[in-house]
Amino acid sequence: MGLNRKDLLTIASLSADEIHLILTTAESLKEVGGRDIKKVPALRGKTVVNLFFEPSTRTRTSFELAAKRLSADVINFSPSTSSVVKGETLIDTARNIESMQADIIVLRHSSPGAAENLAGAVRSSVINAGDGWHEHPTQALLDLFTLKEKKGQIEGLTVVIVGDIAHSRVARSNMLALTKLGAHVRVVAPPTMLPLCIEQFGVSVYYQFEEALVGADAIIMLRLQRERLGQALLPSIREYAKLYCLTPDRLKLAKPEAIVMHPGPLNRGVEISPSVADSDAAVILNQVSNGVSVRMALMYLLSGSVRSDGVNE
Amino acid sequence: MTRQPGPTRFETILIRGGTVIDPGHFNGPADVLVQEGKIIEVGRPLQTVLTESQDVRTIDATGWVIAPGFVDLHCHLREPGFEYKETIQTGSASAVAGGFTAICCMPNTQPVNDNESVTEFILNKAREADTARVFPIGAITKKSMGEELAEIGELVGAGCVAISDDGRPVMNSLVMRRAMEYAKAFGVPVVDHCEDLHLSCGGSMNEGIVSTELGIPGIPHASEEVMVARNLSLAHLTGVHVHLAHLSTARSVELVRQAKKQGLPVSGEVCPHHFSVTEEAVRGYNSNAKMNPPLRTDLDVQALKDGLKDGTIDVIATDHAPHAAQEKQLEFDSAPFGIVGFETALPLTLRLVEEGVLSLEQAIDKLATSPAKLFQLPVGSLRIGQEADVVIFDPKEEWVIDPVQFRSKSRNTPFGGWKVKGRVKHTLVGGRLVYEDR
Amino acid sequence: MDAQEMNRTLTRISHEILERNKGLGHLALVGIRTGGEFLAQRIGALIGQIEHAEVPIGELDITLYRDDLSLRIDQPEIRKTTISFNITDMKIVLVDDVLFTGRTIRAAMDGLMDLGRPEEVQLAVLVDRGHRQLPIRANYVGKSLPTAKEEKVRVFFKELGEVDRVSIVPA
Repeated sequence: MGLNRKDLLTIASLSADEIHLILTTAESLKEVGGRDIKKVPALRGKTVVNLFFEPSTRTRTSFELAAKRLSADVINFSPSTSSVVKGETLIDTARNIESMQADIIVLRHSSPGAAENLAGAVRSSVINAGDGWHEHPTQALLDLFTLKEKKGQIEGLTVVIVGDIAHSRVARSNMLALTKLGAHVRVVAPPTMLPLCIEQFGVSVYYQFEEALVGADAIIMLRLQRERLGQALLPSIREYAKLYCLTPDRLKLAKPEAIVMHPGPLNRGVEISPSVADSDAAVILNQVSNGVSVRMALMYLLSGSVRSDGVNE
Repeated sequence: MTRQPGPTRFETILIRGGTVIDPGHFNGPADVLVQEGKIIEVGRPLQTVLTESQDVRTIDATGWVIAPGFVDLHCHLREPGFEYKETIQTGSASAVAGGFTAICCMPNTQPVNDNESVTEFILNKAREADTARVFPIGAITKKSMGEELAEIGELVGAGCVAISDDGRPVMNSLVMRRAMEYAKAFGVPVVDHCEDLHLSCGGSMNEGIVSTELGIPGIPHASEEVMVARNLSLAHLTGVHVHLAHLSTARSVELVRQAKKQGLPVSGEVCPHHFSVTEEAVRGYNSNAKMNPPLRTDLDVQALKDGLKDGTIDVIATDHAPHAAQEKQLEFDSAPFGIVGFETALPLTLRLVEEGVLSLEQAIDKLATSPAKLFQLPVGSLRIGQEADVVIFDPKEEWVIDPVQFRSKSRNTPFGGWKVKGRVKHTLVGGRLVYEDR
Repeated sequence: MDAQEMNRTLTRISHEILERNKGLGHLALVGIRTGGEFLAQRIGALIGQIEHAEVPIGELDITLYRDDLSLRIDQPEIRKTTISFNITDMKIVLVDDVLFTGRTIRAAMDGLMDLGRPEEVQLAVLVDRGHRQLPIRANYVGKSLPTAKEEKVRVFFKELGEVDRVSIVPA
């Protein structure tokens, strides 16, 4: 069985079986990261282009490391060093990159749907590394991987997602991924940070953090973007922290062995208290290393679906 | 002042064998005789005797409908300033290809049509194009900035038939009140693009389940409805006719319905795209489904149809908004709002006839008669002595919409590939044949 | 080859391995997934019985080292590589079920080298069916089986719920 698709654009378009395949492949690949020589030749001769229109050192580095561990050549391309500023459209930029024989383009863009638009315009495989508020599928996959690693399985788990759901691609991808694999998802946020029709994602909505935490197996904390303050979504960081910061006392409301996840970078003292971030419950650093395995798995699986001569299945 | 299509040599035109529908006046099989640019006779058999020697162009309209040329109260011709999207010439050509013989163009040009020199420029260009009649709409405020009133008296004097700040709606309700009061002196309607820009907050599509799934910032229904409500209150306060452009939500329709029951001087307009497709068309990040107001939901579509049926909505307007391909190729949130509308309006409206929402006569009324009356334009009828602005269409002809064939300079439409029914065959403006389907 | 024959063959190979390496010192078995992994376990058990000591056994997945990845439409499934001991300075006996073109063994050797620097690498196979495309030869061969190139050789394992046997499937 393979991942019979050219691109990885959304969690929404993946089946549960495909998600399981990616996770199983990532499990096998995790061993590579533990070796002295952390490199295998699977993607030797392939070219991966990291096309990042938004700065994100973490995600970009993770993709870069994943590609390099598979022996692919990696080119990093960001708007400040390109002609994008001169009014070139995304598609033009991408076609240029494609003519450099890129096999995989990893795209981070501030516009929702950018990855979908790009995928339709180029023959290279496209991996969505975050498009606006829309999706961040690899983050959700690495979160699933971490959950599975820590909890054995995902089905039946109660997972709480906390924070600015409305403006979070991580939240969207995670809601979709977790519900596809049979987890119970609770979202908790001030109502100003919950999008319309959120219940249609099959999640339970809470406004009180404490209520949402009772019986939780895992808690995913979202980063609070400080620029939201000017948009009348919040009165102050102080009040947000008071109501939605994950503190040791609040964590006690969850199951005793509950784990705490965060996509990073952390706002210590805002959405997560330092003592929780540094506790054994926090698996934030595991998420980072798992991110590399999951991205390796994706690149490996996608590289099978497009042959080097450009013939698609 | 508005008779742009000039008094060149007229030919005598005899339109035979069709059905004449002149809403509220005539509905039945009849021939139409046009001479000296005017409607001379409507009837069968014709009383007028044409001598053999006379040079007569005969149009065989058997099976076709002969109606007053359509009147569009809402379009964007982009000239001056954005000639790469459309010019008055290409826009007029597109209009007559869609059966529109009179079009009212919004003032959001560069410079804004907020003074008589811009109005005159537009009218001169329209005279040169010599195709459709162009009736400019002047700005409400200087540069449409929403602060100081434009010189409305001068604008009307130069030929503007209404005032509007269209896509940059007046947010300050006091300024809107003053504009309406001031417009009263000149007897022109005030047109508002009802949108609370704060509520829209940079959104790109309808706010709802689809925007949530796609991660696209949403424009709530309330963004339109609060401004509809404001404008209705101001119409009540000032007694001035307010025309509500491109209504898109069920509650907007209901607000107008109640206002009309109370006798307020208000009229409502909808666009074919708003009653033909929903927010679902945005999936796949199709920027040709991006318009403002945005495509809404099934419930809203139904309410717009109900509003058309019961007369709450007076007119169908196109909001023809051409944009260049490279602009629409941008990412969804960066692409401009709007679609071209002239050449798809008739078949989309005829779908309502097919569905039984409107009779054919009502549909023609919403496209021609009613808009002409609302803006007091000297068109929209086939009575004897009228300027012969006529559309002849085949209500049964099936065709596939192909944007490449558009006369408009732009191709931005979500209806490409749609199989539709109803095709414009001939269009006459002032007794001259300005469009013929070949 | 039936179950009994398979067992006798593996017993002989176990003895040969011990003979050649003069006992268990620094010896380890690495089975190539999936067939080789069962054979390595069995040889390991047999050696254990003979020497009354345990030989380290690992499993190697060679998928990431294949030379035909970019030619395939469907990516082959990756399984886990589990080698829990340090292979540096060990005598490693690679174990596989069928030796054919030699490409799998080439990939396995590359994979092994990425994990450390063994003192020596030897190769044990149940069946050598010929048609080598690379200069590779097994140190321990269960049975040499002349085949046509188009034929397929299948090994059945009781570990997979089958009856132990080797059979040739005609093209």
